[in-house]
Amino acid sequence: MTTTARTPARSPGGPARRRGLNDHHGPWRRLQPFVAILAVVLVIAPPLWIAVVTAGKTQAEALNPDLTLPTRWQLWENVTAVWEQGRLPSAFLGSLLIMVPAVLAVLTLGSLASWVLARRSGRAVAILYALAISGIVLPPAVVTIVLLLRQLGLAGTAIGMIGVYTGMYLSTVIFFVTGFVRTIPHELEEAARVDGASPVRVFGTIILPLLVPTIATATILICLYIWNDVFYAFFVVGGRLDTLPLNLFQVASAGLYLNNWHLIFTYVVLMSLPLLVVFVVAQRKIISGITSGAVK
Amino acid sequence: MSTTVQERPVIPSSAGAGRSRRPRTGGSRRSRGNHPLWFLAPAFAVLAVFFFLPTLFNFIYALTDWSSFKSEIAFVGTQNFADLISSGTLLSSLRITVVYAVLVAVFQNVFGLLLALLLERDTRVNRFARVMFFVPVVMSALAVGYIFQAFLKPDGALNGVLSAVFGTTISIPWLGSTTWTLVVVALIHAWKWMGLSMLIYLAGLKTISEDVLEAARLDGSTAWRTFRDIRFPLLAPAVTFNVATALLGSMNGFDIVQATTGGGPARTTELLNIFIFRTFGQGLFAQATTMSLVLFLVVMVLAFPVIRTLRKREDVL
Repeated sequence: MTTTARTPARSPGGPARRRGLNDHHGPWRRLQPFVAILAVVLVIAPPLWIAVVTAGKTQAEALNPDLTLPTRWQLWENVTAVWEQGRLPSAFLGSLLIMVPAVLAVLTLGSLASWVLARRSGRAVAILYALAISGIVLPPAVVTIVLLLRQLGLAGTAIGMIGVYTGMYLSTVIFFVTGFVRTIPHELEEAARVDGASPVRVFGTIILPLLVPTIATATILICLYIWNDVFYAFFVVGGRLDTLPLNLFQVASAGLYLNNWHLIFTYVVLMSLPLLVVFVVAQRKIISGITSGAVK
Repeated sequence: MSTTVQERPVIPSSAGAGRSRRPRTGGSRRSRGNHPLWFLAPAFAVLAVFFFLPTLFNFIYALTDWSSFKSEIAFVGTQNFADLISSGTLLSSLRITVVYAVLVAVFQNVFGLLLALLLERDTRVNRFARVMFFVPVVMSALAVGYIFQAFLKPDGALNGVLSAVFGTTISIPWLGSTTWTLVVVALIHAWKWMGLSMLIYLAGLKTISEDVLEAARLDGSTAWRTFRDIRFPLLAPAVTFNVATALLGSMNGFDIVQATTGGGPARTTELLNIFIFRTFGQGLFAQATTMSLVLFLVVMVLAFPVIRTLRKREDVL
């Protein structure tokens, strides 16, 4: 889809070709790649660079993090130090244990509800829809969630955290998916129904496959939010369960006090790696997924 | 493929469109069986327990003296509000949060739009640059905050580079100013998220019809005029989405500010969520709840007019 719609501008000429902002200004066309690279080098690279080089330094060298290379890379020593101090394996598992079920729950419950919300009309459904998507805008009541979880006996548990994230991000999924379902022709469903398919079957065989691209985009964003969340995790599972951001906060709080910048940045690098690897491997799909969004 | 949505991708305006296209003749009864309401049950059960109920509790517990120092919870009326107002915390936190949110929304959108325009053509260099600008979006905000804390230290890397460039020793305390640090922190927030805004603006630019641009070009329109009169107005749905998400996301901000300044210096960057986090940690649960309620109400009061105004701009087109 993307490739047919946007002929790469690499092959010059042709009036039907996609034109950028200043395409008809020759000099800019030649200058633009250099400006783009310069923007990356000046704006994005320095902060990332500082994290990587500091992660390879000794404590003395890292006292004042700068852009210089370490005189001797001791990344491995730092990794082993952080591995134990930051309880990295258990933090990784904790993050995974919370993110995967939460994302699955949010997608399943969200798409089921969206289908019905999109297909039925009437005042009651409109109100339900408004309530369901209100969470996009409204912030969760983070303090009283803790109280409620205590009353439910879920305080500090992974299940409680999964429930909180599911409740928080259902709105986003319902919003995106309902909008998309409304564009699916009814005829597709009717055909299956004439053959005697039950609602569950219609949903599973007709609707769900069509939702995949939309759901993929929502999945990416929700994974990002949950994997990196520290605020809600603090309240719900802080001190009881290890997650990567929670442990980064611990390592950093202790590290700032002791001036252990090398350990803080080692943790930052290790923690960012999983998502970065996923992102780099799937970057084409992710970027085109987000840019074309609910389309396709 | 669905050409109807093609106009407005990721941008959520499509959600309202296309409703009730179906003839209503007796269809509702058939629809009832075909789209059973119990499909809604699990989602609404989770929403009720983990979203609506805590929100309701917010209104109740803000009026109590719930804390970690007592086992009983007593009703105290609007005492918490009165305390927070008289100590000045409520208004200052509120002001800081709103200023921060507005700054982030402006920076993030200006940067995002500039990047989208810069990297619009589908070349190899641009694809690489887009990926690089998206890297901060993928990283944890807390991690980004710590990186910038080191980067912006008075004797840190940025001042080092500036000193080398200008030939004199520069030691600006970027994160130590009671006036400007809020702006610096908002810039960091925008730095982290501008890649996402960029992608959404790129998507918006892609939806603009080639014929319109071609016509403008044949009429001899300059690049700037084409942008001002044609492309920017047609980006309205993307602007709505980006401004609304940036505004609301930063009203709810925490990680970056916590990691860079922790609310300092002298609590001049203490957002509502930082206050909530701090007072909760001190065991003053009712005060934290009160602030959480304030945040809820402020977002509610601000969000709907903002979204409506932006939407109206779309309708004009």
